[in-house]
Amino acid sequence: MAQTKTKKKSTKKHDVLTDYGVSPELAVELLRDMLLYRRFEEKAEEAYAIGRIGGFCHVHIGQEGAAAGSIKPLRDDDYVVTAYRDHTQAIAKGVHPNAVMAELFGRADGASGGRGGSMHIYDEACRFMGGHGIVGAQIPLATGIAWKIRYRSEDSVVIVYMGDAAVNQGAFHESLNMAAIWELPIIYVVENNGYGMGTAFNRVSKTDMSAKSVPHGVPASVVDGQDVLATYAHFRDLITEVRSGSGPQFVDLQTYRFRGHSMSDAVSGTYRPTEEVERRKEKDDPIVVLGDKLLAGGQIDQASLDRMDDEARQIAQDAVDFAEASPVPDPSTLYNNTWAEINEHGRLFFDGRHR
Amino acid sequence: MAVMTYRDALNEALREEMQRDPDVFLMGEEVAEYDGAYKVSKGLLEEFGDKRVVDSPISELGFTGLCVGASMAGLRPIVEFMTFNFAFLAIDQVINNAAKMYYMSDGQFPMPIVFRGPTGAALQLSAQHSQACETYYSHAPGCKVVTPGTPADAKGLLKASIRDNDPVAFMEGELLYNVKGEVPEDDDFVIPLGVADLKSEGSDVSIITHGKMVHVALQAAAKLDKDNIGADVLDLRTIRPLDMDAILETVKKTNRVVYLEEGWPYAGTGAQIVSMIQEEAFDHLDAPILRVTQADIPMPYAKSLEMLAKPSADRVVEACNKVLYR
Repeated sequence: MAQTKTKKKSTKKHDVLTDYGVSPELAVELLRDMLLYRRFEEKAEEAYAIGRIGGFCHVHIGQEGAAAGSIKPLRDDDYVVTAYRDHTQAIAKGVHPNAVMAELFGRADGASGGRGGSMHIYDEACRFMGGHGIVGAQIPLATGIAWKIRYRSEDSVVIVYMGDAAVNQGAFHESLNMAAIWELPIIYVVENNGYGMGTAFNRVSKTDMSAKSVPHGVPASVVDGQDVLATYAHFRDLITEVRSGSGPQFVDLQTYRFRGHSMSDAVSGTYRPTEEVERRKEKDDPIVVLGDKLLAGGQIDQASLDRMDDEARQIAQDAVDFAEASPVPDPSTLYNNTWAEINEHGRLFFDGRHR
Repeated sequence: MAVMTYRDALNEALREEMQRDPDVFLMGEEVAEYDGAYKVSKGLLEEFGDKRVVDSPISELGFTGLCVGASMAGLRPIVEFMTFNFAFLAIDQVINNAAKMYYMSDGQFPMPIVFRGPTGAALQLSAQHSQACETYYSHAPGCKVVTPGTPADAKGLLKASIRDNDPVAFMEGELLYNVKGEVPEDDDFVIPLGVADLKSEGSDVSIITHGKMVHVALQAAAKLDKDNIGADVLDLRTIRPLDMDAILETVKKTNRVVYLEEGWPYAGTGAQIVSMIQEEAFDHLDAPILRVTQADIPMPYAKSLEMLAKPSADRVVEACNKVLYR
């Protein structure tokens, strides 16, 4: 680690890590995280296929590097807000995989007590603030969390994720403008997988992603989300900067979705060629990219990689077992938490069943 | 008791609650340096500074969402809409985020936040600036709706709304800001949400209403009084929570009801009240309940047409006579 930084790739064992200032231990941890996210999402797909999970379900397979690399440098008291592809980001921020899977199953022990489902994971203690289902609507909300940090003179930061399609919402532009004028500690991150559902970004935008924040005076940067080390290093530096009071930042976090938009959608065909998906899976799998580097660099061997993968599969299986064993929510709790304050006078419920 | 305007009563409520709790802040268009489009926030910037009295860009969706997020993170924001007509741009944040967050998160995030501003018609502002918006908000579980009609109610209910731990749509009347009335001088004058107020008493017919229409109802009651007809004027004050006990009490007393509201009839507040009365007090009714509402059209500009479209005391008197079979 004492070697000087070099931009040039080297065959020396540790250079690929020192390029980014990442320790071998941290690199292995990032690999372990991504393996867990992959195996967790595969289990979610299985459970969805047999009807254990209902509704909409959007998995993160292919985008694990984006979640692991950007959330890892955060502190516990930093906030994460995201859209509906939220399972792995929740786990990355500290929500227990069991609580996430139980939420997908709609069980009482789910992170949101079975009230939210796949799109609405919340954990106040982990400062994981959802899980939001309306495209772009989480962006002003996250901006308000950053407002609270500034209001109370705290030094936390907020990362808010959105898909590439969300930058066409007014909520995005209104938020960046406000964050810029009030110098809020927030990083707006586009998880840019190239497609808003089935619509390629270049079909719905005349300008490049990196241009989107410029009119608002929010600095933009680009990073390859399939390279988790680059992503980690980029966010580590950016988070430090934002924490020091530099104001908001915008990141085009380029990634690729290996699955359909949601569980009910085709992986490819009408809107993107199958060859494109196959090529990206072959070349750009964030787990393989890092795994190969660490194998080549000698930081891990095949046996330890296999062992890590087995452990990830076991945690994912444990999450499924936990969710299966968790009870469905008690029917008597149907009306709970509709109101934070039941006023002493007057009626709040009007369906005739609740008095 | 002090006599003050509805505007000053709101201003006092804001000032006192901001003094009481440092987590309360006010954000909206023109609230700070301009002292508020309707001067409700006059002097607050000077007293509390620009950290707590904040001029926003004209971005209703954006600043409403920001305040919803600040509430989720533990602050107690007050959002001022210059008028509720502009709040339609932000209704996603109110309904999908503020009203549902506590439930969706299984009780992890209470959302104390007040959305306030004038609603309803003023004078010749035509369709986009003349509409009563309360039913859009009362429709959604998780959002309380408060509609004060007098200066005292404005002060006491705004203070209760700011202290409440749920989102509250607090709907003022543009034509009420200059109305004067007696307001208790107690620093801690709070009117609990969910308590209706009998603004006038009579035993022949019940006029149930809310918000600015309280004054129209009182005019109608005065006219009826000349014909020796006594009217109860029940001001709901809050639409949600709803003081159903007070409604049933007046229904059982007079057995004849007219609901008066400024909004449109279809799925209006009155439709809900009528449904509940027939469910819970059917045997006490001596006549079908009638409603007096805005004409079921967008508000026209021409003064003559606007007067025809708005609910009036004469139309309330007419409806009362009908339910009395006179």
